Amino acid sequence: MDTLFPLLLQQLINGLSLGAIYALIAIGYTMVYGIIGMINFAHGEIYMIGAYVGLITITAIGTAMGYPPWFLVVAALGIAIMVTCAYGWTVERFAYRSLRGSPRLVPLISAIGMSIFLQNYIVILQTSRDLSVPELITGHLFSIDVGGFEVSMSNSRALILLVTIALMAAVTLFIGHARMGRACRACSQDIRMAGLLGIDVNKVISFTFILGAFLAAVGGVLIGLSINKINPFIGFLAGIKAFTAAVLGGIGSVPGAMLGGALLGLVETFASAFLPTEYKDLVAFGLLIVILLIRPSGLLGRPEVEKV
Amino acid sequence: MSGNVAETAEKNVTDKQAKPVLSIRQLQMRFGGLVAVDNITFDVIEKEIYAIIGPNGAGKTTVFNCISGFYKPTSGGIMFGGADIAGRASHEIARCGIVRTFQNIRLFRNMTVVENLLVAQHAQLKTGLLHGLLNTRAYRKSEREALERAAFWLDRVRLREVANREAGNLSYGQQRRLEIARCMITQPKLLMLDEPAAGLNPQETVELDQLIRDLRDTCNVSVLLIEHDMSLVMEISDRILVMEYGQPIAEGTPEQVRHDPNVIRAYLGGE
Amino acid sequence: MRDTTKTKILKDAFIAATVTAILTVPLIGMRLKVESTGLTLHKDFMWPVIAVLVVFVARLVLPFLLIPKVSIPAAWSRKAADHRKWWLGAFVVLALVWPFTPLGSSTMLTAMTMAMIYVLLALGLNIVVGYAGLLDLGHAAFYAIGAYTYALLNVHFGFGFWEALLFAGLSAALFGILLGFPVLRLRGDYLAIVTLGFGEIVRITLNNWDSLTHGPDGINNISKPTLLGYEITRRARTEDGTTLWQALGIDYNNIYQQLVLYFIAFLLVVIAAFLINRLVKMPIGRAWEALREDEIACRSLALNPTMIKLTAFSLGSMFAGFAGAFYAAFLGSVTPASFGFIESAIILSIVVLGGMGSQRGVVLAALVLTLLPEFARGFAEYRMLIFGAVMVLMMIWRPQGLWPASRRRVELPS
Repeated sequence: MDTLFPLLLQQLINGLSLGAIYALIAIGYTMVYGIIGMINFAHGEIYMIGAYVGLITITAIGTAMGYPPWFLVVAALGIAIMVTCAYGWTVERFAYRSLRGSPRLVPLISAIGMSIFLQNYIVILQTSRDLSVPELITGHLFSIDVGGFEVSMSNSRALILLVTIALMAAVTLFIGHARMGRACRACSQDIRMAGLLGIDVNKVISFTFILGAFLAAVGGVLIGLSINKINPFIGFLAGIKAFTAAVLGGIGSVPGAMLGGALLGLVETFASAFLPTEYKDLVAFGLLIVILLIRPSGLLGRPEVEKV
Repeated sequence: MSGNVAETAEKNVTDKQAKPVLSIRQLQMRFGGLVAVDNITFDVIEKEIYAIIGPNGAGKTTVFNCISGFYKPTSGGIMFGGADIAGRASHEIARCGIVRTFQNIRLFRNMTVVENLLVAQHAQLKTGLLHGLLNTRAYRKSEREALERAAFWLDRVRLREVANREAGNLSYGQQRRLEIARCMITQPKLLMLDEPAAGLNPQETVELDQLIRDLRDTCNVSVLLIEHDMSLVMEISDRILVMEYGQPIAEGTPEQVRHDPNVIRAYLGGE
Repeated sequence: MRDTTKTKILKDAFIAATVTAILTVPLIGMRLKVESTGLTLHKDFMWPVIAVLVVFVARLVLPFLLIPKVSIPAAWSRKAADHRKWWLGAFVVLALVWPFTPLGSSTMLTAMTMAMIYVLLALGLNIVVGYAGLLDLGHAAFYAIGAYTYALLNVHFGFGFWEALLFAGLSAALFGILLGFPVLRLRGDYLAIVTLGFGEIVRITLNNWDSLTHGPDGINNISKPTLLGYEITRRARTEDGTTLWQALGIDYNNIYQQLVLYFIAFLLVVIAAFLINRLVKMPIGRAWEALREDEIACRSLALNPTMIKLTAFSLGSMFAGFAGAFYAAFLGSVTPASFGFIESAIILSIVVLGGMGSQRGVVLAALVLTLLPEFARGFAEYRMLIFGAVMVLMMIWRPQGLWPASRRRVELPS
């Protein structure tokens, strides 16, 4: 019983930092779904692209050049954000915008095609192998002895939590108070009305995609620096899990995405302690199916009634 | 006031000494905090044309949606065919014998008129997958009979000439008639029409009037209708329920309702 | 032209060029490679420069260009519809005859047999996506279930291909019903991702349940199908079995076996196409179309949407199961790696390219997408990239597919 508590504590730390990454990606899904009512299947690949641009930046600057590690991290984040936002904007502009009025299936298939395209784009350009990311963030924030068992939080995990919490707060404030944030909320409530009231709907949608890409890029760079390994397929899995988190929290709700991310991270981490490695991925899929069957509106969402 | 309406409703039924086809008791529908419909109680008896009228937003279509199973009522009873169907799935209720039309006509626009009528018979076509795959005699007979029934109803609503046209290419009046034919081909016991006269010119409205009465007389079907066109309602209804803000405010024959002070106030407003 | 418009066009072009630069310079211009010295970056900015210039020029010129819409003339499609039976006959004859021409090499036979498998898979998915309008991203799961059902029945219980075929289809259909029943009432997007999840669940389970499925190694030594009771392998498996070659009095040649396998595959395709063609004309086919048009109207007419969708879903799964069983017999072994999301994506892109709801389009697209990599070997590396691009471009330019079906309408004789 004594070893259980520190074990749980450690899982809590691990789970929350994993959940933070899911939350960052999930916000992108939830905002896009809230405004244009479609799942941006390519969003997971946007996250993956962020990770790759981060690694490219670090490699380009070079770890042996004498620059302090924090500089490389900041540079990686900055460049990754810029490039990934460009990709996010471009995907919306070319694969989704012209399909906005079409029957449901059409933009969905376009999104899937985009996802496949982007994933293989990176496979061809950057090889399909695992690539190691230099360990720029080393050490632990703390490492304490709890009843004979060591509970620690690595600096990379701490950074993830810190950055994520800061960004969540910024996004929440922005959506609550800034003009564009209000416009986003208006569009997610009633997009046609928002348009009639003079809101530039195209701009709002583009902004949503860019914001989602921004957060996903941060997540991608940080996960690379934390796990020190990336490959072109991380987007696929992370995308599904982040979407699950968004649904869990209530699709269309930004606080929901944060809550869902945290919960999914915790559930998955606890599950991985008891299940063989690959099976832990099933946890997310299983959770998704269960939520959609029992409570599709999620934890913080409102049940939708269809208008007849 | 609402209690009186309910009492009047029950009194009207027992007066007529006829069996109710549909009995609504204390129907309530809430959406979160908003009470859309409350305290609705009425009966529709055999071969009766019963209308629900009221200003916009009164909750008439909500009542329809509750009865036809598209909404799950928050509380109340809907008795039909000896059972309480409140909360049942819409397709199950349709199977029991209640069909409805929609405010914005819902036809299968890319299918032909005939095909619309064939789809409507889907629940009645008894031959299974195997018969169809092997094109057995029983299957061919079933298809032939379905086409004959479709032809019968097309003649009935005078759409025979456009039988092979895509439903989306019909005129508005023709689409309305097709929608009604589509409902009737399912052999319903209760036909619910949601603003059937909307968008029709006076000539078409008269024809609709005739059609509804004709159906009631010959097909042993009761009609429940929502309408804004007062002339149509007063002309063909046996009884009328008046709603306002989700509540019943009057019920009775057209004569009674026409002179009810609450109804006059609701429609003309003010003191 | 006013100056403000000129500056606007110039500004737009600069912005477009800048965005293109941001997109291409880091990822296309800089490529990571793992070398003996570690992770290195190769820089080559030729393509990014070209891209930026092209985009800049195009953006300047675009406002002045009128791009004609690409569409197949209506006269063509009508003519094609009139000669429907003729086309069909020609296709069947061609398919039966080509192996005996100089084209009928060993590689071509293998390629064409695989193409037939994809045609079968695509025909099945076409029912789900094209007719019933349900987006299934995990179709490969049912393909896998069919394959493993035959593999297990064959290796553990000695079932022959034809005996196990029905079981393979039924077990796939059963899983289709089990998954579909709770899940088909979900909205399109959600259904898509749930089926994706299911596909992954099946793959991961097959990969990890070592005791049953031998994990990543898969199951080997699966028997080939027999033809009218005769074995088609070099030597008979059992002592009292006879090979087809013994019965015909000819020497075994590998290509003969390939020939037989191809014809069996073709037979399966023909049967499937016939059955599906019947289904579309039956009440269930009409119900699928009506459901796609307006689900609420269907419900008001006593049509049960879940049951109608379930019929489509389980039928589609069943055909995938048949394809899987044949695949297992064809290759002789199965591994979980062949049944991942990529497979589901390939099948979906075939359906999308050919035309959702169009049998002939789907057959054409399956042949094109499986045979093209054979002819253009350099193409193979870019295969999935092109599939993805095809899906996006088809939706933007021609969502009805390359060869959309003109549905035969039910007519009332006058």
